[in-house]
Amino acid sequence: MALAKSQGGIVIFITFIVALILMMMPLPDWAKAARPQWLIMVVVYWCIALPDRVGVFIAWMTGLVLDVSTGSLLGQNALAFGVVAFLAIKLHLRIRLFPLWQQALSIMILVALYQIITLWVKGFTGQSAQSWSYWLASISSMLLWPFIFTLMRGVRRFYRVR
Amino acid sequence: MAISVFIYPLQYLVNLPVTMGEWMSESVTSRGTLLEENERLRVQHLLFKAQLQKLAALQVENVRLRELLQSSKKVSENVLIAELLAVDLDPFSRKIVINKGSTDNVYLGQPVLDAEGIMGQIVHLGPYSGTAMLITDPNHAIPVHVNRNGLRAIAVGTGTPDVLEIPYMTNSADIAEGDLLTSSGLDGRFPRDYPVARITQITKNPTQPYATVIAEPVALLERAREVLLVWPSDKVAQPASTTPMSDTATGAGSEPQTATQQPEPAAGPQPAPGTTEEQ
Repeated sequence: MALAKSQGGIVIFITFIVALILMMMPLPDWAKAARPQWLIMVVVYWCIALPDRVGVFIAWMTGLVLDVSTGSLLGQNALAFGVVAFLAIKLHLRIRLFPLWQQALSIMILVALYQIITLWVKGFTGQSAQSWSYWLASISSMLLWPFIFTLMRGVRRFYRVR
Repeated sequence: MAISVFIYPLQYLVNLPVTMGEWMSESVTSRGTLLEENERLRVQHLLFKAQLQKLAALQVENVRLRELLQSSKKVSENVLIAELLAVDLDPFSRKIVINKGSTDNVYLGQPVLDAEGIMGQIVHLGPYSGTAMLITDPNHAIPVHVNRNGLRAIAVGTGTPDVLEIPYMTNSADIAEGDLLTSSGLDGRFPRDYPVARITQITKNPTQPYATVIAEPVALLERAREVLLVWPSDKVAQPASTTPMSDTATGAGSEPQTATQQPEPAAGPQPAPGTTEEQ
């Protein structure tokens, strides 16, 4: 199809920025571990919705920016983002057809994978002083996915991003 | 790092509501509260000033006595106040972001203090912001000594807020609950004799070679809003806006500075050679 010229790159960029800001927003101590992984969810959304525009490379770069902003080991989030984006693109046709709750479950698995990779890198670098609350982020991301998906779809349609 | 230049506006943006809220609550404070606070601060100021007078005399006396002992003098430091940005980092490491960076002559490894004691050191540096690792980070360790008797030890972070571990303390070591640990300066990075932690718990197990010693940092790691950046005086690059720690410190600055703060991990308490030029 030669008719569709890609447009709305700035909208994608802004959603990334907003997600990054949400990742840095101060939370009370009890809620810190359960912070929903906004950025990875936005990346996964765009990978599912527009796999020809947002792919592994953009996911990698986004992860790199997250690394710098959260002060973690440079490349740790980038690696995890790249792997998750690859899987999301691989599965995007299937995930698109799922009902919302089933989508949420697959998002939980993707976010858990992201956390496993991060945990693995942290284990290498000797920061693995963890508790079970580490995995709460997957749960909170899953619970928020229907909301994020609906919102992002609205944004995508309103600004005709393709 | 170059990317941190782009991150800083975002961090600033995230911090903005907090700053605004503080500004709001400051500008709508009632006159009564302000007067009360002013009164309290005035009293505190008076007290501190009185203590400082004594300190000045003690400092001069200390220098004189150390000269008699032909030992190295304590070095004075310069400080700069930085503010914390209300930005969350990785929840399982203990780091903070401050609003001073390499344009303010902050350097990597620089000690960060608050009013109570040592907080940590700078690990990442951007032009306008810096990241400091707290002493409770699992990757952080700081050489300390027991203030009471000079027993040397290392305080290692655990990743749990307000918990430090002192490894390799023998069961027979002269250490007790409530002992104050101060920095020993043997790392050549942290200034000497600043409070670090207080021992909270000692578990002596006769079947183990070492006791389990737990300490609590004296600095308000989770609560402080302003932090102090310290320049040991042998570092040349100091911003013009820093303030010396006390008046006598500047007075002593004309004399040749000694080598206590230089990175000589093995030097220990004995004076390094070449420090005796003032005799």
